[in-house]
Amino acid sequence: MAPLANLLHPGTLGYFLVFLFIGMGFGAILEMSGFGDSRKLAAQFYFKDMTVLKVMFTGIAVACVLIFLSTSLGLLNYDRLWVNPTYLYPEIVGGLIMGVGFIIGGFCPGTSVVAASTLKLDGILFVTGGLFGVWAFGESVGSFEGFFYSSNYGRLTLYDWLGISPGVVVLLVVLMALVMFYLAEIAEAYFGEPPRKISWLPQSPLKMWAAAGLVAACGLMLVLGQPTPLAKWNILQNNWSKALADRAAYVHPGEVLELKKNASIYVRILDVRSEADYNLFHIAGAQRLDPAEIANASAMSRLSSFPDNTVLLLVSNGEEAATRAWKALKASGAVNLYIIEGGINKWLEVFPPEPCLLAGTSGQPAAAADQLHFAFRYAVGTQSRAAHPGSIRSQPWLQCPEITQTDAAAAAWLPTSKWFETPVYVKKVKLQRKVATKGGCG
Amino acid sequence: MNRVARPYLNPYVGGALLGVLLFLTFFITGGGLGASGGLTHVQVAVLDVFAPAHVDRVGYMAELAGGSKNALNNSTVFMILGTVLGGALSGWLNGRFKLEIRKGPHLSDGTRLLLAFIGGFIMVYGARMARGCTSGQALSGGAVLAAGSWAFMFAVFGGAYGLAWFLRRLWN
Repeated sequence: MAPLANLLHPGTLGYFLVFLFIGMGFGAILEMSGFGDSRKLAAQFYFKDMTVLKVMFTGIAVACVLIFLSTSLGLLNYDRLWVNPTYLYPEIVGGLIMGVGFIIGGFCPGTSVVAASTLKLDGILFVTGGLFGVWAFGESVGSFEGFFYSSNYGRLTLYDWLGISPGVVVLLVVLMALVMFYLAEIAEAYFGEPPRKISWLPQSPLKMWAAAGLVAACGLMLVLGQPTPLAKWNILQNNWSKALADRAAYVHPGEVLELKKNASIYVRILDVRSEADYNLFHIAGAQRLDPAEIANASAMSRLSSFPDNTVLLLVSNGEEAATRAWKALKASGAVNLYIIEGGINKWLEVFPPEPCLLAGTSGQPAAAADQLHFAFRYAVGTQSRAAHPGSIRSQPWLQCPEITQTDAAAAAWLPTSKWFETPVYVKKVKLQRKVATKGGCG
Repeated sequence: MNRVARPYLNPYVGGALLGVLLFLTFFITGGGLGASGGLTHVQVAVLDVFAPAHVDRVGYMAELAGGSKNALNNSTVFMILGTVLGGALSGWLNGRFKLEIRKGPHLSDGTRLLLAFIGGFIMVYGARMARGCTSGQALSGGAVLAAGSWAFMFAVFGGAYGLAWFLRRLWN
C-alpha cells in the first residue's frame, strides 16, 4: 500500500532522481500551460484569461479524485500522506499578502521559477526578490512568533471540519470546479480581447465526457467508502503480521523501564483497558486510550503529531486487546509502535506491588487472558512502587491502613525484592525516524 | 534561436496532467509539490556561506542550516532544480526560451523589473508566513483536502482580486 516513501532513502541517488524528475514534470507542465508568462497570469485577475484558475482547479480536482479513489480501493494509505497542518490565521494573512505580491509581481513562487528558467527577466527578478523575502521572513518571524504559531488546528481536513464523509467533499470539490469552469468560459468570452459571443450551453462534448467521468469517479468513491483501520489491516497484514508472529513487536517490561530512563526517547504508554482496571492500577505516565476511539481519525492525528523520537507502547491486562489496538494503529500509519509483553499481569510479576495492596489473585489465569490476574484491595492508580519501577523512595507509596507496615510479609518483601534488580530481557525496540516528507513547503 | 513559439496547452489538458503528476507525487513520496520550500533552502544555503554564525543564531534559519547541516541536501531543493530544468527544456522545445520581459503595455522595462522584484519579495514573505505557496499549500494541500489550504487559496485569490482594479494600469 502506497505511499512508497519507505523505499526512498534520503542521501541516495534514487531519492535525488525521484524528486528531480517530479520537479521536471512540474516545471514542464507549468511552462506548457503558459505559466511562464506574467501577462497571462495577471490576466486572470481581469477575467480576460482564466488559465490559472482552469489549470489549478483541474489539477486539484483530478489529483483529489485519484487520491481518494486510491484510498477507498486500499491502494493508498491516506494516514501516511502529508496533509498541511492548519494554522488558520497565519495562512489567511499570508495568503492575502501573497495575493498582493501576485498582482504587483505577476507570478507566484512556482511560476516565477519556470519564467526564470526560460530567461524571462521579470521572472529572474521576481525569484531574486523572493530570495530576499525569505531572508526578511527568517529575520523577522521571531518578532511575531505568537501569531505565526497561533490558531493551530493540526491535521484538520475539510471533511473533519464539516463532519461529512471524504467522498462527499471530493464530489463537492469537483462540482465547484465544474461550476467555476463554466463561469470562467463565460467571463473569458465577455472580458476577453476581442470579446467573443457568449455561449450559455457547453459546446464541447469531450469536456462534458471528462466532467461526467470525474463525477462518476466520485460516485464510485462514495459507494466504496473509505476503509476502516481494521479493513486496512486486512490489506496490510502481510507486512506486519511477522512482527507479531516472531514477537518482535512485544517489549519486555524491563526494556520499557530502560526506554523511560533514556532521555533521547519520548515514551508514551497507551493503556487500552477499561477505566475500572486503569483506576485499580496503571503504569506511571500511562494514558488511557479507549479502543473504540482508534477508529476515530482525531485520535490518530493526535498520535502522529508526537515528535519522531516517540516510542508508543500499548498495554492491556494480557496481550489480546493491546494486540488488536496495535493492528488498528499500525494500519493507520503509526511508527515505533510496540506492545508491552504479557501486559499488566506480567508487569506486576516483574515489578511486584507492595503485598498489602493485594488481596491475592483474582482467580483469572495470568497468561494471555485479558483479565487482571491480581486482585487489588484499593483503586491504587499509580500509588504503588510497581507503577514507578526504578525510583528510589524510602516511604511506601501508599499506606495500607488496616495492615501495619511492620507486617512481617511486607518487611520481608521490601529489602529482598527483585524490584531492585534489572530484569533480563531481549532488546526489541528499534527507533525508526519518520520518512514521510513534509511536502514541498519544506 | 528564432523559432516561432508554439501555442500553449489547452488549460484543461495542462490541469489534468498536473493533477496526475500531483497524484503520482503523493503516491510515491507521501508529500505534494512545492516551490517556496526550495527557495527557502537555497536562500539559507547562500547566507550560510557568507554569514554562518548569523544563520546559527536565527532560529528559523538554524533549523535549516544550523551547525554542519547542509540546507541544499533536501528534497525541496531537488524538486526546484527539476522545475528549472523541466521549465527550460519545455521552453526550449516550444520556442519560448528567450531573453525577454513580459509586461503590460504602459510600463517601462525598468518599472516592470522593479515591480517584479518587489512582488517577489512580498509574495515569498507571505508564502513563508502561510507555510507554503500556491503549489505547496493551495495545490497540494487542496488536493488532500487540508482545511487551512482551502482558506489560504481563497485568501490568495481574494487579495489579488481585491487589489487588481487599483493596479489595472500595470497590466492593461
